[in-house]
Amino acid sequence: MNVLVCLKRVPLAGSTFLLTPDSKDIDTKHLGFGISPHEENAVEAGVQLVEQMGGSLTLLTLGPTEAEEQLRSQLAIGASRAILLETDGEDWDPQATAAALVEAVKAEETQFDLLLFGAESADSAGYQIHIRLAHALGLPIVTNVKSMKIENGIAECERVVGTTREIYQTPLPAVITVRDGLNIPRYPSVPGRIQARKKPVDHKKPTAQVPKLEKVSLSVAPSNTAGAQVLGKGAEAVPALVEVLKTIGILA
Amino acid sequence: MSTVPSKAKAVVIGAGIVGNSIAYHLARLGWRDLVQIDKGPLPNPGGSTGHASNFIFPVDHSKEMTAITADSVRQYRELGTFTQCGGIEVARTPERMQELTRRISSGKSWGVPDSRLVTPAEIKELVPYIDETVILGGFYTPGVGVVDSLRAGTLMREKAVEMGALQTFANIEVLGMDVEDGRIKRVRTDHGDIEAEYVVIATGCWSPRLAKMAGASIPLTPAVHQMKDIGPVPFFADSRGDIEWPIIRDMDTNMYERQHGTGLEVGSYAHRPILYTPEDIPSNALAALSPTEFPFTQDDFDIQDEHSLELMPDIIGDENVREKYAINGILSLTPDGQSEIDLHSSDIARFREHQKTTFHVKARTAEGFNKTYGIVHPSEQYESNRNVRLSPFNDREKELGAVFFETAGWERPFWYESNSSLLAKFGEAVMPRTSEWEARWWSPIINAEHLQMRETAGIVDLSAFALFDVTGPGALALAQKVAVRQMDVAVGRVVYTPVLSQNGGFKSDLTIMRLGKDHFRVVTGGAHGMADKKWFSDQLPADGSAQIVDLTSAFTTIGVWGPKAREILSAITSDDVSHESFKFSTCKMIEIGSLRVLASRISYVGDLGWEFYVPIEQGAKLWDALWNSGKNHGLIPVGIGVYGTTGRLEKSYRAYGGELETEYNVVEAGMQTPKIKEQDFIGKEAHLRHRAEKPVTTLCSLTVDDHTSSTGEKRYMLGKEPILTLDGGPIIDSHGRRSYVTSAGSAPSLGKHVLMSYLPTDLAVPGSKFLVEYLGEQYPVTVAGVGSTPLFDPENGRILS
Ligand SMILES: Cc1cc2nc3c(=O)[nH]c(=O)nc-3n(C[C@H](O)[C@H](O)[C@H](O)COP(=O)(O)OP(=O)(O)OC[C@H]3O[C@@H](n4cnc5c(N)ncnc54)[C@H](O)[C@@H]3O)c2cc1C
Repeated sequence: MNVLVCLKRVPLAGSTFLLTPDSKDIDTKHLGFGISPHEENAVEAGVQLVEQMGGSLTLLTLGPTEAEEQLRSQLAIGASRAILLETDGEDWDPQATAAALVEAVKAEETQFDLLLFGAESADSAGYQIHIRLAHALGLPIVTNVKSMKIENGIAECERVVGTTREIYQTPLPAVITVRDGLNIPRYPSVPGRIQARKKPVDHKKPTAQVPKLEKVSLSVAPSNTAGAQVLGKGAEAVPALVEVLKTIGILA
Repeated sequence: MSTVPSKAKAVVIGAGIVGNSIAYHLARLGWRDLVQIDKGPLPNPGGSTGHASNFIFPVDHSKEMTAITADSVRQYRELGTFTQCGGIEVARTPERMQELTRRISSGKSWGVPDSRLVTPAEIKELVPYIDETVILGGFYTPGVGVVDSLRAGTLMREKAVEMGALQTFANIEVLGMDVEDGRIKRVRTDHGDIEAEYVVIATGCWSPRLAKMAGASIPLTPAVHQMKDIGPVPFFADSRGDIEWPIIRDMDTNMYERQHGTGLEVGSYAHRPILYTPEDIPSNALAALSPTEFPFTQDDFDIQDEHSLELMPDIIGDENVREKYAINGILSLTPDGQSEIDLHSSDIARFREHQKTTFHVKARTAEGFNKTYGIVHPSEQYESNRNVRLSPFNDREKELGAVFFETAGWERPFWYESNSSLLAKFGEAVMPRTSEWEARWWSPIINAEHLQMRETAGIVDLSAFALFDVTGPGALALAQKVAVRQMDVAVGRVVYTPVLSQNGGFKSDLTIMRLGKDHFRVVTGGAHGMADKKWFSDQLPADGSAQIVDLTSAFTTIGVWGPKAREILSAITSDDVSHESFKFSTCKMIEIGSLRVLASRISYVGDLGWEFYVPIEQGAKLWDALWNSGKNHGLIPVGIGVYGTTGRLEKSYRAYGGELETEYNVVEAGMQTPKIKEQDFIGKEAHLRHRAEKPVTTLCSLTVDDHTSSTGEKRYMLGKEPILTLDGGPIIDSHGRRSYVTSAGSAPSLGKHVLMSYLPTDLAVPGSKFLVEYLGEQYPVTVAGVGSTPLFDPENGRILS
């Protein structure tokens, strides 16, 4: 079983954040980076599948040189190798990104049985790339999967839509996008970190395309973080607490 | 959100451990009407305190730091927020093992109980998850522990509130300060302004920004300290509470490992220095997690992962023990953070202007960062940002092969390689040192210079002296108030005087020249000069009748001492410099060629001679005049190694920061005069009391009887070692003060290595025998002198010739 997981390096923002002066990007001067939370579920799924069935887990990302940091962290969790399609740091539009990923997958000697994505990226949430990739490779795709079972070359996937559950079966190879609830992603261990430093990361230059989608501007929605309010200490606080529980409708 | 009161006695900015502690202590000291402000929420407003691993190791090579730590632990115990768990500094190298024996000495000197060296096997017993094969041994201190710093801070605030002294305001940011007539008048916040008599800046790594609001500068820099918390560790599954296992400091890798509940915190000072400015720290709102938590940079921790794995393979090598949390935490570092030689190492007045520049702060903190757990030699010199203050004869000194050490930014020759030819002449009398540790930052040339000076004469660069003038109709009153000795002396007198604090402990010792009826010149050491100037300035009369002017950069000073000093001087001056007309302890203007020079006949090295003061731009000309005249009389350049150590110790002269410090009084230091002046001075009441009682302890000079170590090598103590009874026990006076070496160095004219130490007065008897412990071994010593009687030339015949 050969699994590919696609990731994206994204800034990890707090309750609010700044934009760059031209309002086209998030100002990341105070921010750290990680991968989108749903992609952590995808990596965890890949690690578990390879643990159970053997094979390999490959990571693929398109991003700046620094994205190697995110790849190494996920290698530390258990992936075997990684491919970094290096950009000059600009965010590529979904079409260009998908094309570059397709190009990279085709160039691989490994035939991937399963191509996993997070349901969406945490920063731009375009919901496009996996679909474009599946289409270009002529593969079936199931999105927004919360539970997944693989047997005899068939993936059985469960997705939640509103209050209903949908169950699909798809033959492999296939593209599946996953979300939280699929599993509990593990954190790296120190031995994992040490091994990750020795694992191969191929740096490749992807073919750039003229972007067809132009980002005009971003704006930050007003946050409504009122902050914590201390109602009191010990028994004294009970009346105030009761009031609050009434206001939010928990007590009558 | 509430608004702040419009007035307060004192405003404390910051509610980290420091601000909380200050608020509490001010309240305890009777202060009322205190207002504390923090821009973040309580109890964890987002400063460094919230990230701390919170442990305390009591033993430090600095006496002051050890005392502060001991007092902190006492307070945290009282608050019930201290958990003792023990701690071990482990060694991976023989150099570190030697350093740990030095730790033992410091522990004994400063009175930290029960510290001891432990073998790898003993360490394994204490900490079963360590791989004892990678270490050679350790330094175990049972008193190590952790404090719940957030809880301690909360309790301290609550106590201050209970006393009716404090109001604390969270989520309010200080935006500015209004300064009027050189004092902060008002603190401006985003919720109103507060007029205050006193303002305390306790804002940790933000302090430079706050200081700037008041037009001041606090030289520190925010810096990253990395820490990883891993777990859950099966071995700790049953552990209760915060901590049960000893904390390990892996000194040679600059790391620590501390059990925290079921997890293990692994911290590092090994990475590249990552320095920021306060402007780089995000606001509470913009910070993803906390303003002082920057994204973890794994690259900087890669090697540390391997080092911690080597030491604790059972835990760290367990694939199922995972990173729970990893941060680049922000703490603050000062540019002299790791320095041991700095006097009064926590007084902010110690900094000179150049030491407050961002450049200096960055350079020195970067250099000091990786020495956090380093083996720092007592004389260790910084490499960065040197050559800031150069004497006018610096070029001449370089040509003579000067080896420069730094004092307060000044480059001072410690010895001159050009004098190496003297080594053959004096042979074994230079007391050569074979062990690398004592030979480091030292040269036998120092002792050769000393011996030659005693035969002919030496010229000494004293440019680093701090000088300031006290002038005006109130000058005499100010000098009287500060100095212990009589200052109403004839114009032209030079007075060496102790300066005391209110309780009669030493604030300083310095020289004051009376240059006119209303004109005094204070001469003091470069390192401590700023603090002395501040002390004088703090006493200035309100009516403006006296002024203080700093002349450090206006005048330069050269000393010439030795039997030939008078011949050298009289050859180039037409003034009468005979013993009769230029008496000891006097000063006057003389002419040397085209220069008018203030000459002062005193001596810190025990030989006849003078200090010469000229405007700094004439310094080179004066040097040349003295040098050229000296050529015919065997004059040699002499470094600070002689001036500060060998010459001084032979004469039993005391030094501030070594012998003289707040814990000891004038009588104990043997510096009392038969009579005491009538006029009042600071500390007089206490001083009178000290004179009336029998001193509890007395400063003595001891000589080392046998230097031979167990390996047959001769070893020479460098200072701060404990003095012990013949059966190896500590010597403690009735006030609880331990005997330790306050200064150590060669006395080449005596052929001895001299140690100064306070001894309980009953034991301070010439000929009494004791031991000194040095790097884990004990050496016999004998009391050679009690009180201030010099070991060399006790009649002072040389100085008074
Ligand atoms: C990861 C880590 C581990 C550590 N481990 C240890 C350890 O084991 N042992 C140890 O002794 N030390 C340790 N330290 C160091 C220790 O945390 C700090 O030395 C200590 O907390 C500093 O306290 P502070 O009160 O000076 O500063 P802080 O706790 O930073 O408090 C400063 C306060 O000032 C407030 N402030 C700033 N600007 C303004 C403004 N304009 N208006 C109002 N308020 C303002 C901030 O909100 C903040 O609350 C560690 C530090 C880190 C980062």
